[in-house]
Amino acid sequence: MHIAEGFLPPAHALGWTIAAAPFVVHGARAVTREVRENPESTLLLGAAGAFTFVLSAIKLPSVTGSSSHPTGTGVGAVLFRPPVMALLGTVVLLFQALLLAHGGITTLGANAFSMAIVGPWAGYGAYRLTRRCGGGLLGGVFAGMAVADLATYVTTSLQLALAFPDAQSGYLGAAVKFLGVFAITQVPLAIGEGLLGVLLFRVLTVNARPELERLGVLAPEPVAGAGSGAPSPASGTDGGEEDRG
Amino acid sequence: MRRRHVATALLVLAVIALFAVPLLIDGGADYAGSDSEATALIQESDPGYHPWFSSVFTPSSKEVESGLFALQAALGGGVLGYALGRLKGRRTAERSRPERERLGVDAADPGPTSAGDEDP
Repeated sequence: MHIAEGFLPPAHALGWTIAAAPFVVHGARAVTREVRENPESTLLLGAAGAFTFVLSAIKLPSVTGSSSHPTGTGVGAVLFRPPVMALLGTVVLLFQALLLAHGGITTLGANAFSMAIVGPWAGYGAYRLTRRCGGGLLGGVFAGMAVADLATYVTTSLQLALAFPDAQSGYLGAAVKFLGVFAITQVPLAIGEGLLGVLLFRVLTVNARPELERLGVLAPEPVAGAGSGAPSPASGTDGGEEDRG
Repeated sequence: MRRRHVATALLVLAVIALFAVPLLIDGGADYAGSDSEATALIQESDPGYHPWFSSVFTPSSKEVESGLFALQAALGGGVLGYALGRLKGRRTAERSRPERERLGVDAADPGPTSAGDEDP
């Protein structure tokens, strides 16, 4: 989904930068607030950022005969809500623009808009919707991760269509063309990313239960937590709960 | 617990299969990056367009580039592993604490107050 350096006309580059900037600033505030108010979530925040960092470095082959990379922005969006990912995703894009000649400074705004803003929000929406429909935590995580990935590439396709409408078929034709390159290639990757998200959350539900409960991702345990409010006999019953994942 | 391990193994296998199968089906494809395919598409549909800015730094060869990508993945993987390891270690410590407290009571030690409350 990286639009290459210089490959958006100046007006578009500027427009997307202006559109993305407030989200990134708001995201930076969200990250500092989270770290200041809940220092114990720093570890999980680091994990979410690191997940994006790894996944966006790996290019994977797809059934279309081309390769592409996942985005990994869904984890942070589900755990800490999407604004946090606006900053973390942009940091990843900046790293790749400066060191890898992937994406660019002039296209950073557009790329941040697709990967760090639209992706996380779309994924978060899919996660909430799935959970409301009774999909459970892992079902929600799968949907959230996959949709965050796919929505990023759909956004990139539309951004390119807007900048380079087809001579004959106009914006719509260009959109179909770019979606053909990006979106279809991305489908298996989105599914794979959803499965990786499920794997990660299976680990987190066991090892980071207090954080997940505080973040509202998991409901507090009804068995032990209710009633007497005793210090910590809960940890004994935890073992039985693991299978629920 | 065993069912849980089987589920984990199946998930890992599914992820691997998802990316191995395309490679097995048609080994003839070149698997170019979709990013560069889009760039080619732009140049094809609008030959008059010239990029107006070029990267501040471009890795001098494919090898350097893939090395930097590996560095990015290593940084991310390292931090992720560190975070998950810390969380896992914390949980292991939490789980072993009640046992130690119970042992303390058995040894006719006054023991920590919380363990004493727990018994009756």
